[in-house]
Amino acid sequence: MTGHPTRAAEFIALPQRAAWHDQSLWFVRAKRDKAAKAIPEWESLRDAAAAIKAHTVANLADYLEEFERNAKKLGAVVHWARDAAEHNAIVLKILSDHNVKRVVKSKSMLTEECHLNPHLEAAGIEVVDTDLGERIVQLANERPSHIVLPCIHKKKEEIGELFHEHLGTDAGASDPQYLTEAARGHLRDRFLKAGAGLTGVNFAIAETGGFVVCTNEGNADLGVSLPPIHIACMGIEKLIPKAAELGVFLRLLARSATGQAITTYSSHFHGPRAGCELHIVLVDNGRSTVLGQDDFRRSLNCIRCGACMNTCPVYRRSGGHSYNATVPGPIGSILEPARDPAKHASLPHACSLCGSCSDVCPVKINIHEQLLIWRRELVKKGLLPLTKRWAMSIGSAVLQRPWLYQMVGGMGRMALKLLPRFLVYSRLNPWGKQRELPTPPKQSFRDQFKARHGK
Amino acid sequence: MASSRDAILATVRAAKVPQAARPEPFRAGIRYADPLKQFGESLAAVGGKMIVAPDADSARAQLLENPLLVPGKKNCSLLPEIIAPTFSLDDIADPHEVEDVWLAVLPGEFAVAENAAVWFSGRRLKHRVVPFITQHLVLVVPRDQVVNNMHEAYDRLKFGTVEFGVFISGPSKTADIEQSLVIGAHGARSLSVVMLG
Repeated sequence: MTGHPTRAAEFIALPQRAAWHDQSLWFVRAKRDKAAKAIPEWESLRDAAAAIKAHTVANLADYLEEFERNAKKLGAVVHWARDAAEHNAIVLKILSDHNVKRVVKSKSMLTEECHLNPHLEAAGIEVVDTDLGERIVQLANERPSHIVLPCIHKKKEEIGELFHEHLGTDAGASDPQYLTEAARGHLRDRFLKAGAGLTGVNFAIAETGGFVVCTNEGNADLGVSLPPIHIACMGIEKLIPKAAELGVFLRLLARSATGQAITTYSSHFHGPRAGCELHIVLVDNGRSTVLGQDDFRRSLNCIRCGACMNTCPVYRRSGGHSYNATVPGPIGSILEPARDPAKHASLPHACSLCGSCSDVCPVKINIHEQLLIWRRELVKKGLLPLTKRWAMSIGSAVLQRPWLYQMVGGMGRMALKLLPRFLVYSRLNPWGKQRELPTPPKQSFRDQFKARHGK
Repeated sequence: MASSRDAILATVRAAKVPQAARPEPFRAGIRYADPLKQFGESLAAVGGKMIVAPDADSARAQLLENPLLVPGKKNCSLLPEIIAPTFSLDDIADPHEVEDVWLAVLPGEFAVAENAAVWFSGRRLKHRVVPFITQHLVLVVPRDQVVNNMHEAYDRLKFGTVEFGVFISGPSKTADIEQSLVIGAHGARSLSVVMLG
């Protein structure tokens, strides 16, 4: 199986494009900084959010029951799914029971995680992703490369071509205003024809039995306010105890994600519309296992803002698709191995341990520390790639023997001086890729020390 | 076999997560010397327009300065003293019939200075799709109903009696194509907030 380095190599094969991707995301990161600095209490907000999450997960079973009770009181139907397959079966059954053939979906990373679309499509149901970025990647037959900016990897010219093919826009047109207007018309039609609307959930409130969905485009609201059925799918970690705590999270979410003070629409749903149905699907899919792991529990705090991706030097330069995961970037490199360590074994290594992700995380997840712990876990599971395993055992053998260390050091300095370029910068030495190795010092540190102290 | 519900709850309980106290409600939210002025600035930053009007006549006159808001097309209004509706929402059974609404004029309960959000509750609205499907939206908020921040906002809200409520901050927008901001993604293409009184 190809890992992150191989896929990242494909991405950086086009250096200008990689640089453009890096700049686009850094621009978003800079907007986040500006928004955070405009709020003097920013750091205490992050502390509060982390404390609320810690309290919630410590009492999660009680809060889930409270949420279910209150949601039912409001007239919602509450479903529970242990895994992705059960989630997909529940959604399909609701749709089949009502003979729904067309569904509009607003952004939901959970349904991506469960691969809901292919499941519904196999049953003859048309699923339309309505977030503009998600619609673009859906038309391109791709997956989102970022959880908040799904098509950040695409150039407007490529989107123009895609729209020309699928929506009949003018050939060669690439003006964002024009393309967005075309998508608006195209998706209005789908909104009006849909038999059900699907959304994710940003926050669910135990105290009230309601939930909040945040969008800038208004697609969630259009999607669920026309058809008679609303299905909301949520991971069990989306709960918060009280409505008042939404203040903390809504203030953090959009500022961290895009540098906005709040998303355009923050919709609060409490029960179905008159004469309509509201279904809430609570999904575990591995979350309760992570809950039991002291080292990784805090990863359940994640509110999916994407700030860790925007700031990550590896993500920015390797692109979201190089992670081959539903959630890419730093937090994805924790969440995805938890679900399938073998498949995602390369991800915890796609990190320089710089810690910038932990610094921007609005709910204070110790992301870079967890990535380091994951590397140890992968060693224990025997999932370290062969090259790394060799390098580690050689390194360990050398570092345990001072005489060997001295000898190898001398050989290294000699080799760098004498060997021809093509040997030093060969495929055997990844450190020589895209960078010049330093000029070797004439003496080792040990020799210099001895010389200065005269013994 | 245990139900999925029971199985999930059992695993969650078995996780034995260390107890952590629920923190005190957050009270340190930012405050502004002039929340109304701050709201206007926040709204301008998200592409909306604030109109301060002492009464309905003034509000109407200022709104009509924007040619897009000129009535005559299909208008939905819960504030006839400002803009007269061209039809009654209560006569409509199927929300799909409002797809061609041009202008909606709706009451907002209060506004939030820090982020230009206006709380709109579905309480008086038969079809909640209206503020999203309309091409242009006007929200009318009592001028003295501006809070500083989201903590003060949630102090005012009680949930459970109305099925729907939404904070709206500016017109619908997207930046999904190369981070270029485009106003008018799926929802309203423009938002005017009238501060009345």
